[in-house]
Amino acid sequence: MNTMSPSISAEAEMRGKGASIPVPEHKRKDSLMEDKPEDTVIEEGKTVGKPFTDNPKFKLRNVDVSYGADRAIKNISLDIGRNEVIAFIGPSGCGKSTFLRCLNRMNDSIDICRVKGTLELDDQNIYDAKRDVVELRARVGMVFQKPNPFPKSIYDNVAYGPRIHGLANRKSELDDIVENSLRKAGLWNEAKDRLDAMATGMSGGQQQRLCIARAIAVSPEVILMDEPCSALDPIATARVEELIAEMSESYTIVIVTHSMQQAARVSNRTAYFHMGHLVEVNETDTVFTSPQHPLTESYITGRFG
Amino acid sequence: MPNNKDQVYGDHISQRFNNELLELKTRFLEMGGLVEAQIGSAVQALTANDSVLAEQVRAGDRGVDQMEIDIDEEAILIIARRQPAARDLRLVIAVIKMVVDLERVGDEAKKIAKLALKLEAEGQTSLGYVEVRHIGSHVHAMLHDSLDAFVRLDAEQALRVMKEDKRVDEEYQAAARTLLTHMMEDTRNISRCMSIMWVLRALERVGDHACNIAENVIFMVKGEDVRHTPMEETERVVGR
Repeated sequence: MNTMSPSISAEAEMRGKGASIPVPEHKRKDSLMEDKPEDTVIEEGKTVGKPFTDNPKFKLRNVDVSYGADRAIKNISLDIGRNEVIAFIGPSGCGKSTFLRCLNRMNDSIDICRVKGTLELDDQNIYDAKRDVVELRARVGMVFQKPNPFPKSIYDNVAYGPRIHGLANRKSELDDIVENSLRKAGLWNEAKDRLDAMATGMSGGQQQRLCIARAIAVSPEVILMDEPCSALDPIATARVEELIAEMSESYTIVIVTHSMQQAARVSNRTAYFHMGHLVEVNETDTVFTSPQHPLTESYITGRFG
Repeated sequence: MPNNKDQVYGDHISQRFNNELLELKTRFLEMGGLVEAQIGSAVQALTANDSVLAEQVRAGDRGVDQMEIDIDEEAILIIARRQPAARDLRLVIAVIKMVVDLERVGDEAKKIAKLALKLEAEGQTSLGYVEVRHIGSHVHAMLHDSLDAFVRLDAEQALRVMKEDKRVDEEYQAAARTLLTHMMEDTRNISRCMSIMWVLRALERVGDHACNIAENVIFMVKGEDVRHTPMEETERVVGR
């Protein structure tokens, strides 16, 4: 009865050739959506919905990323709006984390990784040879899946970035930066009486909020989050999500997540990635009630992953 | 009832989720079938002066009410357990709304059956029976077609059902005028004609409920809410 297996191997075969991927036979016959043939096929570089915005923070055009011979990101064009929260969703291996890492050039540290296309932050090319990558990474901060506090005190964790970037002239200024960052990350009350304690002694949820405070301390404009809650319990997750909502007033946030519900809860726009293609970008409410592309619908309803 | 369409969609990775949705649809259609039968029986009981059948219809409404409760509970559990999205979410929400319409149709059938008993007790004339039979079969067909549209996820069929409603309203107006004439001709007809009027009113309401079901089918299929929307706009949504 389940006709998925032959189509999956057909997909895998197609993948290597970089061709358009047809929607499996059993889906093509019947669709709740408009049955135009081109809608059931992913055309390279074609994204359904609204991938572009006015006055974007990030302007990304025809981005192609390869790990050696393996093309992980295929001709993706996308705008990331100012002060929006945009979620990247998609099945494992679809390229969403790879794409995220392009935004602050974390892919530079991977030898075989090649990034092509135009990537602009506030209309400036971030891959310009003259750009200072360290400065870029202060403007575009990152929070990772597994909390990774430095083996230092809570205070030093947060103060590290500002010290390196010379953001404070006096200790009192540094104290202020640390306090503000910890407040914004919702950690001040829990941390204020033990700023000298080792960060590694905190709970997972606290450590992750510390990492967020650390990212905030260097006054970024954009915060990238790669599955920031997957290692956290539901309460810690809820707190981080609340934080994201508060932070979006001051920062632009891009969050990669495996949890559909999380994307639905925290983001304004959602981008669905599928095998290196950007299939659909739309307002989050639309994606989760009436997605335009059949592949998006299949993924979010759990008909394939 | 296993539905060809579900296999064509592709199954959920969670087979249990798949089964839960299938179960919900199946129970909804069972309720639909029951309610269709109730209407048919109620009209038959009236026009054939069959008081036994009328009593059966009245008793049968308890089953309809219980199904409404069961289906709502099942739907709530699906939402709690699965947080359905997109088409699954629209399906569950639509079912929750449509069971209300089905339950009301059940109530209308019960009303008609009660009036059938009253008319039978008052004496055997067939005044108004032609109109009841005619409008009765019309709305019965509308109900049947709206449920069919649900099964086949056919928005065009749902739209056709919605367009029938206008005709039913016209038939109802015509029947009302006829009855009025009877009442004016002979005041002894008034009690009877009033009962027939209530029956026709109940049937006209069944037509409205069939329309509501059709609107929900369009919502499920097209993702747009077409309630309180002019017909041209609904046509545009369906034609999309």
